[in-house]
Amino acid sequence: MSKFIKLSKGFDINLAGKAQNKIAEASQPETFAYKPTSFHGIRRPKLTVKEGDNVKAGTPILFDKKNENIKHVAPVSGEVVEIRRGDKRKLLEIVILADKEVEYESFNKHSVSDIANLSREDVVANLLKSGTWPNITQRPYGVIADPEEQPKAIFISAFDSHPLAPDYNILYKGEDNYFQAGLDVIKKLTTGHVHLNVSTDHEVPQMFAHAKNVELNKVSGKHPAGNVGIQIHHIDPINKGDIVWTLNPYGVIQIGKLFLEGKYDASKVVALAGSEVKEPQYYRTYTGASIKKMVENNISGDNVRYVAGNVLTGEKITSDGHIGYFDNLVSVIPEGDEYELLGWIKPTTKKLSFQRAFGLLSFLNPKKEYVVDTNTKGEPRAFVQTGVFEKVLPMDMYPTYLLKAILAEDFDDMEALGIYEIIEEDLALCEFVDVSKHDVQAIVREGLDLMQYS
Amino acid sequence: MKFLRDALDKVKPHFEKGGKWEKFYYIYEAHETLLFAPNHTTKAKGAQIRDAIDMKRMMMTVIIAMIPCLLFGIYNTGYQHFIAIGQPDAALMDMIWIGVQQVIPIVVVSYAVGLGVEFTFSVIRRHPINEGFLVTGMLIPLVMPPDVPLWQVALAVIFAVIIAKEAFGGTGMNVLNVALTARAFLYFAYPSDISGDVWTYIGEGSQAVAGFSGATPLSIAGDAVSNGQNVVASLNAFGGSWADGIYSFNNLIIGLYPGSIGATSVIMSLIGAVILIATGVGSWKIITSVFAGTWIMAFIFNLIGANEFMLMPAHYHLVIGGLAFGAVFMATDPVTAAQTETGKWIYGLLIGMLTVLIRVFNPAYPEGIMLAILLMNVFAPLIDHYIVIANKKRRLSRATV
Repeated sequence: MSKFIKLSKGFDINLAGKAQNKIAEASQPETFAYKPTSFHGIRRPKLTVKEGDNVKAGTPILFDKKNENIKHVAPVSGEVVEIRRGDKRKLLEIVILADKEVEYESFNKHSVSDIANLSREDVVANLLKSGTWPNITQRPYGVIADPEEQPKAIFISAFDSHPLAPDYNILYKGEDNYFQAGLDVIKKLTTGHVHLNVSTDHEVPQMFAHAKNVELNKVSGKHPAGNVGIQIHHIDPINKGDIVWTLNPYGVIQIGKLFLEGKYDASKVVALAGSEVKEPQYYRTYTGASIKKMVENNISGDNVRYVAGNVLTGEKITSDGHIGYFDNLVSVIPEGDEYELLGWIKPTTKKLSFQRAFGLLSFLNPKKEYVVDTNTKGEPRAFVQTGVFEKVLPMDMYPTYLLKAILAEDFDDMEALGIYEIIEEDLALCEFVDVSKHDVQAIVREGLDLMQYS
Repeated sequence: MKFLRDALDKVKPHFEKGGKWEKFYYIYEAHETLLFAPNHTTKAKGAQIRDAIDMKRMMMTVIIAMIPCLLFGIYNTGYQHFIAIGQPDAALMDMIWIGVQQVIPIVVVSYAVGLGVEFTFSVIRRHPINEGFLVTGMLIPLVMPPDVPLWQVALAVIFAVIIAKEAFGGTGMNVLNVALTARAFLYFAYPSDISGDVWTYIGEGSQAVAGFSGATPLSIAGDAVSNGQNVVASLNAFGGSWADGIYSFNNLIIGLYPGSIGATSVIMSLIGAVILIATGVGSWKIITSVFAGTWIMAFIFNLIGANEFMLMPAHYHLVIGGLAFGAVFMATDPVTAAQTETGKWIYGLLIGMLTVLIRVFNPAYPEGIMLAILLMNVFAPLIDHYIVIANKKRRLSRATV
């Protein structure tokens, strides 16, 4: 049954510097990186390449010893130039110096009618060895799906409501056939429904509106309406013991291409946006691209932060850093490492706030685009304010109680209060609005790790 | 303002780890952050931007909402003084001056002593100084009688901050409303100083006019239980010889009558309520439900009508005593109130109902709102507990359908 979901809670963070509707003709970056840190749940990563090895797009470079079947593959062809590690030798990036022309590993090719006859085992095997499997995320916990499991349903959010989110009409233009093929493939993974959730507030791309073999649900509301976790909660919530899988449209398209073309194609369109970008626009590149060439001579401020992903859930990277596996956005915002005289009380129309406490006047002008820097605008405190988290979380849930249960490591309470239904991104707005400046998303991950591994 | 920043940066190393005043870092930090919003930035992973609100701004909003009550309290203290000594025609400035002399020292003592305790604890416990006391330090003077000895204020503040707050872990962890704890402490420790004719400042060297009585509307209503006189008639007749109509319904709303410094005026409290609700800092649910609970309970008593106090019209309960002030500024304290949205309705309703119950049945404690809020502070976690359990049950029942 298709559903219509109207959400009244939430908050759209309206930032300056949205990407214009054009795709830049720019030369490709020199390096691409595969970042295991894009995923949760890779516990014992094992490299199958070393520095100096040559790889093709689709060559396995990494697997998890806990689940050896899931291959992680190179997004482009070229030479592995660096294995970058962090503290305790944690694997951060596998950097590949790209060839001028991408060479592909070849996988089995299917026609549209072939796909219909494939068995689930064939599909799973093909996804696993081709490196497209990590597109599938499992809830609870937000980890790479376990191929041994049978999900009760699969969810795809067909829009992004995050700040500066790229327009899916541009990202996935012309990929309609691949998307449908991908849907046909993943339909085989579950005995339940494949839910495709579109927004009623924006123009719905044809490929979603005309998608077959799916339940088409309509969602209306402010951010986090586009978060698949919120949608699941209203369509078919995750109870204890349930497993559902989620993908984003990019993953579906990549899977479709794998089956129709027989190659692992990591090409994607990425938006470069934010108040500090001179020319915010889209770029055609590959997963893991270095942002160096995009941002060179294209940044107006001199003290900026580069964020792989959106400003609510993303990660700070350097000006020559690489985007992650799931990223389709690079945000560039001002760094806020400055003192401000009486900044805690000065009335202002320039600072964005969900709240309306004395002097915070942004609520008067909800249509305005704001420039927001990375200053925390306050110091960490104990939980004091109540009722605000609930206003930005359109779920039947008590986030403060859940966070306290996590901090107290109370497993029964975490479970009863609904930790299975959320991952970090779902509570990212809570982190934004929190007057006590807690690291809400880090706490959520702590709780998920506790539930999963202990 | 660069010189200020430079001065702060110059002394900062002394307070940081290894500096000679390392112990006092949080005292330094409190002053620094009061002058300059800090230069902290968000972490590498997670939300890269944060809402412009912080605890200081939120607490400051509450203080701003209390300013009308404070200013009115200063004026009213002087006004009551001159009425009581038989000079109702004194100049406005004289009234304000008397009020300033009487009220400002109480405010200063409250802040100085309270912040002293906070600083001491921040040094011992090594935690940042919380902004919560900015509000508490203003609330306490507003619920004091104008004639309260300063040493009692100091003692009450120390007791409240240490026992009601720091013992539980500081702002955000306390169970009881700190300001009300201070008031309750005085109430039970020095009953003779905070009941009877203490609500008007007469001052040394002045004589009250003939026929003066310091009875408050609540004590008049309380007396009605035993003497069987109509409460409204008694209130209207009160002060006939020296301050005609002082307890008329209209004046009870305006607030020009003896009482706690800032808690007499319904109008000023409602201005505060408008500020708190418009800024979203105070919960409109709690404020509304306290008033509703009071009226409902009073109306039930009207129907029962066992004595004259019960028969007092329900709307009188809304304007006498510190009900409005308590509903707006005390019950809405987010830390000690119920924290779930449904819980807030129940919490407020019960405060209102308990207030009337205490007023009518326990004339020894005429100021029912204070005890009602303290009592409901204790029960707020229980209310929330059942609301949260209901949520857990919904989640469980969903699984079995």
